[in-house]
Amino acid sequence: MNARVELWGVRKAFQEDHPNVFWAVDGIDLALPAGGVTVLAGPSGSGKTTLLTLIGCLARPTEGRVRLDGRDISGLPEPFLAALRRQTFGFVFQRFNLIRGLTVLDNVMLPAYPLGPSHRALTRRATALLVRLGIGHRAGALVESLSGGEAQRTAIARALINDPSVLIADEPTANLDTALSLAFLDIVSDLRAEGRTLLLSSHDPLVREASVVDRVVELRDGRVVADHETRAEPAG
Amino acid sequence: MTEWRPALARQRYLLDFTVAAMRRRRARNLGLLVVYGGMVFLLASVLFYTGALKHEAGLLLAEAPEIVVQRMVAGRHDLVPETHAETLRGIRGVRGVQGRLWGYHYDPVVRANYTLLVPPADDIAPGTAVIGPALARARGAGIGDVLSFRGYDGALRAFQIQAVLPQDSGLVSADLFLVAEPDFRALFGVPAGQYTDLALRIPNPREIQTVAEKVLEAAPDSRPILREEMLRTYDAVFDWRSALVLLPLSGALLAFAILAWEKASGLSADERREIGILKAVGWETGDVLAMKLWEGGLLSLLAFLFGTAAAYWHVFGLSAPLLAPVMKGWSVLYPDFRLTPAIDATQLLALFFLTVLPYLAATLVPVWRAAVTDPDEVMR
Ligand SMILES: Nc1ncnc2c1ncn2[C@@H]1O[C@H](COP(=O)(O)OP(=O)(O)OP(=O)(O)O)[C@@H](O)[C@H]1O
Ligand SMILES: [Mg+2]
Repeated sequence: MNARVELWGVRKAFQEDHPNVFWAVDGIDLALPAGGVTVLAGPSGSGKTTLLTLIGCLARPTEGRVRLDGRDISGLPEPFLAALRRQTFGFVFQRFNLIRGLTVLDNVMLPAYPLGPSHRALTRRATALLVRLGIGHRAGALVESLSGGEAQRTAIARALINDPSVLIADEPTANLDTALSLAFLDIVSDLRAEGRTLLLSSHDPLVREASVVDRVVELRDGRVVADHETRAEPAG
Repeated sequence: MTEWRPALARQRYLLDFTVAAMRRRRARNLGLLVVYGGMVFLLASVLFYTGALKHEAGLLLAEAPEIVVQRMVAGRHDLVPETHAETLRGIRGVRGVQGRLWGYHYDPVVRANYTLLVPPADDIAPGTAVIGPALARARGAGIGDVLSFRGYDGALRAFQIQAVLPQDSGLVSADLFLVAEPDFRALFGVPAGQYTDLALRIPNPREIQTVAEKVLEAAPDSRPILREEMLRTYDAVFDWRSALVLLPLSGALLAFAILAWEKASGLSADERREIGILKAVGWETGDVLAMKLWEGGLLSLLAFLFGTAAAYWHVFGLSAPLLAPVMKGWSVLYPDFRLTPAIDATQLLALFFLTVLPYLAATLVPVWRAAVTDPDEVMR
């Protein structure tokens, strides 16, 4: 598992055609080595979510380059970006974005459909993930009936179904109480131990100060204003 | 992905997802199905009905004589004398010439026309009649009852009903009134030795055209009518009538089409969000399109099947109560019989493509637009 993400002079504009063009991300250079947990911190509106979508190939930068293992991915055609979203990056959205009316299991299996794996193998893989995240008993439940913590774990399982090397989570503890937040950090710790790269955005001091975090990057007005290594304990 | 097995499995997954998605939006899809199926139903009904009537007319004319000869006097249809029949019998290629006696009679009681006819076998006893089923129904008459008409001379003539023709005996038997030759002549004032027209039997179809020419030479006041011509006239009349039905219907059809188009092409916020999510978790534009293609395909196929099945039942099971008044023409005594199913495969295929393809196009365009935008935008 190897995914080194580098950003070179990345900028993202909204309302490009308007006279009041707005740069949500305004010139970011950043290198994320493979493995480890990085937290993007900063006040509301500082561009955290926007930056995550640029790294996770959900949107393209207006300017600058995003590289994955030295390869420029910012200009790739859509099918390649879709393949990266499917297999290299797992994305856990702030509001989870599960598909209503489907069961937990179906939601988790969804990202694997385009690959056409055997149904039995896929079901087994998804079930194993749910069990590992402690919600195996909810596999058959409709996602509308889930609690916040269960919905988040479902979203994490969905992000992991194709075994991505990078997991991106936007404000993962925003809807969770302390106990559930700590449980989330345990999951992060496990994933880190597997060698995955984790990239989180968070206001939450509980996350920023967690022992599992290797690095905190502070954003303001779309720029990096601080960047500290925090990690003491070695990676698993 | 180039291997066929995962590609096939992928389609299975997309199909499963589609079926689940359609079930989630049950009300909307049912609405679409009803509107769309109704459209197919109307079109297919007209199609089936026209086809069946043509088929019926074709069967009818198959037994008709190859040439019917009328006599024209100063452009007006007149009686044919027996001497003409003698002349025509002499033409080579003519197997037989039969004088026919028939005419329309208006009955003020039921305000409808009957077709009075002397059957070729002339096996009806004077003073009796055999009547068609619709006529029997209209007059409430059965075997043994007596019906009377006022003849050309104003005298009332009574007929005792000997038999009623069976229900399913065809399109034109409904309003028949079969009588004996002397009764017919008395009623219409046709002198002996005169006929309404002459029926010519010509066994060799290649001689029909030359025989027609020779008929004109031998009897310049005659007008030969070929069976082929009648067949074409029937076709034209039925086509014209189906156009007549479709014309007022076309307004309704257009409204239907617009409604279906709008329903199909509008993408709900829910659907847009779903497409965004699917793309965000790694579905390609092609996957989303394939999924929606399944959805549109399933829906329009169902609508087509329901619509045509309902039309089949309407036309061949119920004898097309919604279309019959226009399609059967001027006779007020509608035949009450089941049409024999006669379906034109190419027409059905055309209907299939005319209903399924536009629907797919209508659904795919907005989906395509949603599916090619960056996933983060669709989700906001
Ligand atoms: N699609 C968009 N169109 C216009 N402006 C946008 C769009 N997306 C984001 N922005 C703006 O870009 C800025 C950065 O937004 P972003 O969501 O990245 O911030 P954030 O750091 O994640 O904030 P928060 O902590 O509140 O989630 C905000 O001012 C936001 O209003
Ligand atoms: Mg945010």
